[in-house]
Amino acid sequence: MVPTWHYLMLSAALLTIGVIGVLTRRNIIIILMSIELILNAVNLNLVAFSRQLADVSGQIFAIFVITVAAAEAAVGLGILIAFFRNRDTVNADEIDLLKW
Amino acid sequence: MPASFIDAVWLVPLLPAASAFLMLLFGRRLSRPVISVLCCGSVFGSFLVAAGIFRELLRLPADDRLREVVLFTWIPSMPYLLDAGAQALFQVEWAYLVDPLSAVMILVVSGVGFLIHVYSVGYMAHEGGYYRYFGYLNLFMFMMLTLVLANNFLLMFVGWEGVGLCSYLLIGFWFLKKSAADAGKKAFVVNRVGDAGFLVGILLLATTFGTLRFAGINEALADPGLAVDNAVLTAITLCLFIGATGKSAQIPLYVWLPDAMEGPTPVSALIHAATMVTAGVYMVARSNQLYQLAPDTMLVVGVVGALTAVYAASMGMVQNDIKRVLAYSTISQLGYMFLACGMGAFAAGIFHLSTHAYFKALLFLGSGAVIHALSGEQDIRKMGGLWAKLPITSKTFFIGALAIAGIPPLAGFFSKDEILWRTFANNAGDIAAAPLILWIVGTVTALMTAFYMFRLVSLTFWGQSRMTPEVEHHVHEAPRTMTVPLILLAGLSIVGGWVGIPLVLGGGNWFEHFLEPVFVPRVELAVVEHSHMLELMLMVLSVVVGLLGIVVAYLFYLKRPEMPGRLVERFGGLYQLVYHKYFVDEVYSAVFVEGPVLGKAMGSTLAGFDLKVIDGIGVDGSAWFARFTSRLSIWWDTWIVDGTVNLVAWMVWVLNWPARALQTGLVQRYALWMATGVVLLLFYYVVRYMPGSW
Repeated sequence: MVPTWHYLMLSAALLTIGVIGVLTRRNIIIILMSIELILNAVNLNLVAFSRQLADVSGQIFAIFVITVAAAEAAVGLGILIAFFRNRDTVNADEIDLLKW
Repeated sequence: MPASFIDAVWLVPLLPAASAFLMLLFGRRLSRPVISVLCCGSVFGSFLVAAGIFRELLRLPADDRLREVVLFTWIPSMPYLLDAGAQALFQVEWAYLVDPLSAVMILVVSGVGFLIHVYSVGYMAHEGGYYRYFGYLNLFMFMMLTLVLANNFLLMFVGWEGVGLCSYLLIGFWFLKKSAADAGKKAFVVNRVGDAGFLVGILLLATTFGTLRFAGINEALADPGLAVDNAVLTAITLCLFIGATGKSAQIPLYVWLPDAMEGPTPVSALIHAATMVTAGVYMVARSNQLYQLAPDTMLVVGVVGALTAVYAASMGMVQNDIKRVLAYSTISQLGYMFLACGMGAFAAGIFHLSTHAYFKALLFLGSGAVIHALSGEQDIRKMGGLWAKLPITSKTFFIGALAIAGIPPLAGFFSKDEILWRTFANNAGDIAAAPLILWIVGTVTALMTAFYMFRLVSLTFWGQSRMTPEVEHHVHEAPRTMTVPLILLAGLSIVGGWVGIPLVLGGGNWFEHFLEPVFVPRVELAVVEHSHMLELMLMVLSVVVGLLGIVVAYLFYLKRPEMPGRLVERFGGLYQLVYHKYFVDEVYSAVFVEGPVLGKAMGSTLAGFDLKVIDGIGVDGSAWFARFTSRLSIWWDTWIVDGTVNLVAWMVWVLNWPARALQTGLVQRYALWMATGVVLLLFYYVVRYMPGSW
């Protein structure tokens, strides 16, 4: 049986990759994919502790997270397409209308 | 259709005004037939309304023939103090007055004006600036009709200046020709002198009577308790008369009219013969109630009129330009009208005005047809023998000449004879012999009139041709648009006088009775009763005088062509004096244009004053001051007012730079800050709670 901390190490690695992707990549699609990585790291955590504690609610929560992630990806891509039509770019560097 | 033509009197001036407006704005884009129809049509419309007004007026009882149609208040009431000390309200309406006098005037002006418009269609057919010509002509009709329809002096003055402007524009119609441009300028400047007098007269009226309405002034004059000094009335009427001498070309301001012949011939016919130049006579007749109370002015008017009549006729006898002969004739005939007014026979003056409008328009249009046929030749020495070649022009011209010569039963006979008889019968004034002398002058003028007219007819239409072969080859009768007005005017020249056949000839002198309500006698004229026999004898005498003039002209210029030359040799000095128009133009030029006192020196002094004081200190100085103060204001606004605002904004800008530096708008940057924060917090807690750490 695989010890829980293995899962946790994998989860931490996934999270780190995801955060680095969000912070460094310029293409918003890749940023969205990186966010998926972060969410899946969380899911892995939830499932790992669910198994260790023999409590199924962690796995149920993971399914909710997957559902919300799918919805988030749909909304995010929709916004992205609308944005591309207006500005001809999906480059996060050039999206700075929120500044003072 | 309006219920009453009198209520629609505003249509009379408005129709030509609308057409002039169209012409001067869009005329360039309209075709010639459209322009012709529009301009002639609008004047014909005016004529129809005028005729309707005349008919309506005739149906009213004689003492009720006065209507005022107020269009709007032009100058709202302003209180001011009269000379007498009383308070008055100055208010002027844009209002039209319909009474027998103005009805006659609008009928003559629009009727003759219409015929001349039609004639112009033919005459100007080959000229450029067609729309401009008709635009000015229609504008003139508007102004002239405003002048004669005005119910107050100020509105009349508007028309007065307006016709002067149109006269200027039309004399200088061929403005590329220097002589035409100069003639226009001369007419304008000379008229200005008279207009200054008119304006002073109007101001005096306003400060004396407190109103400029003719009806209001007449009411004040009719009041038995009238408290106006006779000297004031004399001054007012003299000032008004100065205006009349300018517009109606009387001594000493007549010099512009002969030069005005530079304009197109229909213009000479309409403006400088039939209508505008009679404005002075109309104005004197319109203010007859004032004049009647100023006998001294009346004498001046009569004397100036008679002198002008004989003086201009003498110059007309020796001129060689067909239009200039007619121009001097016009001045002379206007002198007759003023003679009539000066003798208190205002109705006779207006009567002569209307008959003169017919035959002088006819003569001018006839001369235009001759000039047209002769490719622009105006010198009568180079004409002759045109009787058969221009059948309609020559016959109608002959009728016009007979009319002006005073041959019965043509129009000129009745009106001229009426004036002479009234002059003879007048016995008012301090100088008992004055009327008799004026009558003699008038009769001599009649002789001269007949002479110069038939000199013109003989040299132009009769005898042998003196034309160059090239000109003779092109001689042709005028087109129908020109001959039909000639025929109609010839008809009017024959019958136009029949409305005023005197009592002794079995007529009722209808014209005088029609105008009676306007010319109410203010002073009991001490008319000496003369027998009908005497009146008839004088009438025969004037006819004989007219015939004599015709016969002498016939003898001189057809039977014995050497006679004029011999006379010129015999009276060389006198001939030169008259031929050169008594050197009046030269004297005026030397005194008022080049002269040291009234001319150049005064001109340059005034110009210098204008340049240095009015322009320099007044206009430029105030402009400089305005610029200076506005610069001060700009400086204060930029540096103090705006400066304070900008300072506050700048301070906020400086103070907020850390916040600005953080807020980049880049989401990833924010996320980085957040991640850094999380890592730092995590690090802190790990270090803090890890057992056994440092």
